[in-house]
Amino acid sequence: MDLNYSQEELAFRDEVRGWLAANLPQDLRDKVAHYEELSKDDLLRWHRILAKKGWVAPSWPVEWGGTGWNVVQRYIFEEECGYAGTPPLVPFGLMMCGPVLLRFGTEAQKKRFLPRIYHGDDFWCQGYSEPGSGSDLASLKTRAERRGDHYVVNGQKIWTTLAHYADWIFCLVRTDSNIAKKQEGISFLLIDMKSPGITVRPLMLMDGGHEVNEVFFDDVKVPVENLVYEEGKGWTVAKYLLGYERMNTGRIGASKRELARLKEFAARQSGDDGRPLIEDPRFRDKLTRVEVELMALEITNLRFLDRMRRTGQPPGADVSMLKIKGTEIQQAITELFMQAAGPLAVPVRPANGAEGFDRFMAGLAPRYCNYRKTTIYAGSNEIQRNIIAKMTLGL
Amino acid sequence: MNFDYNEEQQLLADSVRRYFAKDYDFEARQRIVASREGWSEAVWRQLAEMGLTGLPIPAEYGGFGGGAVDMMGVLEAAGEALLVEPYVPTMVAARLVERAGSDAQRKAILAPVAEGKLRLAFAHAERGARYNLSRIEARARKSGEGWLVAGEKVGVLGAPAAQKLVVAARTDRGPSLFLVETAAAKLRPHVTLDEMRAADVVIEDARAELLGAEGGAMPAIEEAADFGTALVCAEAVGAMKFACETTLEYLKTRKQFGVPIGTFQALQHRMVDMFISYEQARSMACLAASKVDGAKDARERARAVSAAKVKISDAARHISQESVQLHGGMGMTEELKVSHTFRRLTVIAQQWGDAEHHLARFAALG
Repeated sequence: MDLNYSQEELAFRDEVRGWLAANLPQDLRDKVAHYEELSKDDLLRWHRILAKKGWVAPSWPVEWGGTGWNVVQRYIFEEECGYAGTPPLVPFGLMMCGPVLLRFGTEAQKKRFLPRIYHGDDFWCQGYSEPGSGSDLASLKTRAERRGDHYVVNGQKIWTTLAHYADWIFCLVRTDSNIAKKQEGISFLLIDMKSPGITVRPLMLMDGGHEVNEVFFDDVKVPVENLVYEEGKGWTVAKYLLGYERMNTGRIGASKRELARLKEFAARQSGDDGRPLIEDPRFRDKLTRVEVELMALEITNLRFLDRMRRTGQPPGADVSMLKIKGTEIQQAITELFMQAAGPLAVPVRPANGAEGFDRFMAGLAPRYCNYRKTTIYAGSNEIQRNIIAKMTLGL
Repeated sequence: MNFDYNEEQQLLADSVRRYFAKDYDFEARQRIVASREGWSEAVWRQLAEMGLTGLPIPAEYGGFGGGAVDMMGVLEAAGEALLVEPYVPTMVAARLVERAGSDAQRKAILAPVAEGKLRLAFAHAERGARYNLSRIEARARKSGEGWLVAGEKVGVLGAPAAQKLVVAARTDRGPSLFLVETAAAKLRPHVTLDEMRAADVVIEDARAELLGAEGGAMPAIEEAADFGTALVCAEAVGAMKFACETTLEYLKTRKQFGVPIGTFQALQHRMVDMFISYEQARSMACLAASKVDGAKDARERARAVSAAKVKISDAARHISQESVQLHGGMGMTEELKVSHTFRRLTVIAQQWGDAEHHLARFAALG
């Protein structure tokens, strides 16, 4: 048993860390540090810097631009990005549509879409959830009717993250409704967001941010060549994506960074007795428990990686555990930040053009609100528990 | 990076597990618990024959020179079986002899320990000291060539079975360690919540042998406590494994309203949370053992062990409580091993310091 990275892994980590320190633009670093909303341009700028370096799609096959890294290297890279505080890589193209095309796409589809995803030429979003289909995704109702050489799509998607930036959307649509089992008759379609009949409406969240949208489809024509895999086999594609290896589910690098910042922040705030808040045992114990949870998650994650590397097996339901614990930790940190700021966390934006406003402090409460999403999105934590109960425990 | 046991460690753990399955099942264990001594000399001989009593003892004193990681698999098996023999107490006291003692003392003590002929206990805790390792009131003074020790120790695990005690006592120079014959002390034996044997130990000017430097015992005590903590962490993981497995089995077989109760989502999610606690605890037990063996300094070791003990203590409470709850009334009974595992985990949660103690220690280390 050896819990330490090997010399080669440490050297790799230092290489990544050094490169990130030298190549992450200061203005992007600051925006992330202040929890500011990132524009499409911000996101794409970072995407293209990584693409130029050849590190934007590590998990892809080398011939399509992948790095050939093993799972531990991929984990190190993603956690170092989180630790450095880079803008996120938007996953919809790189981690979702790309892998789907690599697995199920035709040669023509791969050639048409993959290079554009890689270089950030197309911005993708994901059309899964619908107003009536959240955790019960297979109950979706958006219809696609085949008419000659195209489909006509009608329906509505919801919670569509960054649809307002997107050039393309990949969608699960119902191509056959006369089916006994609801998982059948679903197809996976690639749809150009500029198609006539698509309307994007923002759904503003309680923190005041614009991340998610409703997307309406009104007689949208989609060429048949944009169908991925077979008609009616969309569920197979969606399931493949759920099991797709993602190394940063636990978001450990980002949480480590946030926790270190929280400690610094709490050392600068005073408790009721005028001493630094971090010395208040009640606050300190809460913070320390989160730190211990994060250590336990990191080691658990490394254990899973070690097993994956040796067995070559995909991570399976382990990922659900990382998602549950990782999101609980992320939420706990945002909550402690807000608690540390105390009454100063309440003002969120200046009114009537007032000046002298503390931008960082003002971001804490909205971030706390925003992070409630983490235990809901990407398969709510309750769904993750269902998955573990079924897949791991056999219940 | 590698989280597996090596082949030797795995073979040893497997053979210990096989032995427990054959000769130390729940009924056998309960017979031992009900016996007058509360532990079995025959079992102890078996542990010695399998090499367990010599496992962490250096090779020059007849042992195998193993570390905490080498002991993990054995302790996991002991935790699953709810071993009551004073294995951890003897190993921790032996650690103090190894780290603090002279070569002559090591020879005299460690060789018979490795052979399984000598059992030890670490008489350290005192009333009112709680988990503070340096609050030592027992006194030692010089008398001719030797020393006389006086003081009262509480809850000394394994003392009734031990022939010799390693006693922490203060001299004018500070905390020191002494070897005292158990026969020279007065024991008030008791049965612990988890059905082990311990004793309050009253020492009234007993003749004693100084172990290590006078006044310089704290680093060795801290190290031995971290070693002992790492061992009970591994033991806890074994006990948690049993609690999770037996509860899962119960959910699949117990029927109510015509269906197995494991089909109810409310219970499924609680079972999943137990399983997650167990996995997290296992990770931290690995960390504690690894750092006891390989930390670059005392701070790194202490930090890892305390973090592990926070998680283990929390998980021990969580899993033990839920395992009883999900068993319903049956979980409360003497008949089911799960209630005994509950008691063991409850004690482990507080052994060598509870979660709050280790939170404070971890935080103080920065």
